[in-house]
Amino acid sequence: MSARPLPQLTGLSAEFYGFCKRHELRFQRCAACATWRHVPRERCAACGAAEFRWEPSSGRGRVYTWIVANRSMHPAFASDPPQVPVVVEMDEGVRLVTQVVDCPPEELAIGLPVEVVYDDVTADVTLPKFRRRA
Amino acid sequence: MTAQACIVGIGETRYARDKSWSPTTLALHLDAAVRAIEDAGLAMRDIDGLLPFPGLSSAEEIAANLGISELRFTSTVHLGGASPVASLLHASLAIGAGVAQHVLIPAGWAGYSGVRARQTVSMEVQSLPGGGIARDFYIPYGLTAPPQWYALMARRHMAEFGTTPEQLGAIAVAMRRHAQANPNAVMRGRPMTLADYLASPMIADPYRLLDCCLETDGGAALVVTSEERARDLAKRPVRILGAAVGQPHPADEIVSRKDWFQIGLTSAAPRAFGQAGVRPSDADFAQIYDCFTFEVLQQIEEAGFCKRGEGGAFVAGGRIELGGELPINTHGGLLSEAHVVGMNHVVEAVRQLRGEAGERQVAGAELGVVTGFGDFGDGSIAVLGRA
Repeated sequence: MSARPLPQLTGLSAEFYGFCKRHELRFQRCAACATWRHVPRERCAACGAAEFRWEPSSGRGRVYTWIVANRSMHPAFASDPPQVPVVVEMDEGVRLVTQVVDCPPEELAIGLPVEVVYDDVTADVTLPKFRRRA
Repeated sequence: MTAQACIVGIGETRYARDKSWSPTTLALHLDAAVRAIEDAGLAMRDIDGLLPFPGLSSAEEIAANLGISELRFTSTVHLGGASPVASLLHASLAIGAGVAQHVLIPAGWAGYSGVRARQTVSMEVQSLPGGGIARDFYIPYGLTAPPQWYALMARRHMAEFGTTPEQLGAIAVAMRRHAQANPNAVMRGRPMTLADYLASPMIADPYRLLDCCLETDGGAALVVTSEERARDLAKRPVRILGAAVGQPHPADEIVSRKDWFQIGLTSAAPRAFGQAGVRPSDADFAQIYDCFTFEVLQQIEEAGFCKRGEGGAFVAGGRIELGGELPINTHGGLLSEAHVVGMNHVVEAVRQLRGEAGERQVAGAELGVVTGFGDFGDGSIAVLGRA
């Protein structure tokens, strides 16, 4: 099994994951039209403005869709137990690929309410993940 | 398009999963190219335009091997599996503008004996659609490969519209049935039932093994020229009546799309049909890029063969099988003929319109549609007509 793939901490990705390392989930928000965005982008696709702020997220969202990677197609991941990448739609409207740490795949459901937790994978990298909430 | 271009030559290699055969991807392109040029009744030196597939071969090495000494036009369309059909648009433009006369489009790969399809994407970040986005925001969470990306979409469609595994299975079963009538199909002689489909193991739940295309070795190629020139060549020409490409927004990232089901075809299909002056219901058959079953269903909807959400009902009951209302992938497709990056779909469309499809011929086929799909949902479509 090869080394676990981690995000490369450069550019806007480094800024996003820098907040995660401090256990803060922030997304870009356009300074001109207030549109939230993720994944990180240089400009706002809604209005074209370059200026933005990293605004704190509520940390709350709902499961939008998911898959179970029953057969691993990456050397760093095993098939058993399978990886279960989940798309969460945040209350702010942005969506992200993540995982729900406390929920077996058979209990996942579209619309399931979740909240952010932080997985300190290495000294440098923290991945935002989610757990069920009431 | 001002002047219509025509497909005048088709060529295919053997399609196989055979451990004793390990052709290089370049050799497959060249073999298919030579056959397509011969099929057109042309000589190698007649080729003056070349549209190689992204990342698989270069214009330089193809020209060097075939003795093409005066290349007047070459470009590569970077739309993944949508590239071969998109190349029909580029070829038409070059020919219509008088820049080139005989354009060769080679494709295919050693996807079985060489680098397997499932390996390419997860191993080389630079080859990924979206590049650094997938590296930084998908792969660390275990989302690493094409069946997984598209299964995210399929699950959402199942939840919103009630699309069932049996309906996805109907697509796989139709392709497999068609492969039984195709001597070059890798899955000929291996029929499959819906029960077989449902019993196949989960790969990327909700995708089962039999929702996924094959990994095969094979090459296919086309020659395109002007309608005027086509009249003098060996075979009955097939007219490119309309051709278009499109991308979803954003194209480099899947999960932030406001319209979850929008793909490149959503905007491309109306343009292609409009250009051809026909409606989807006029088509006698369709060859739909079938990397996975749900992508067929989604393209049927987004191309306008039915409304969004109705694809599940559309593919059921044999409607997309030979003898049905709209036969789809009469050769068996990527699912059951071979994964020739969709060029085999164009070749099959030409065969059908020439009346050369043998026991799988769609009777009286005059108008056909062929699509390409790749790179997170880029789309291409051509409306082809019998000359």
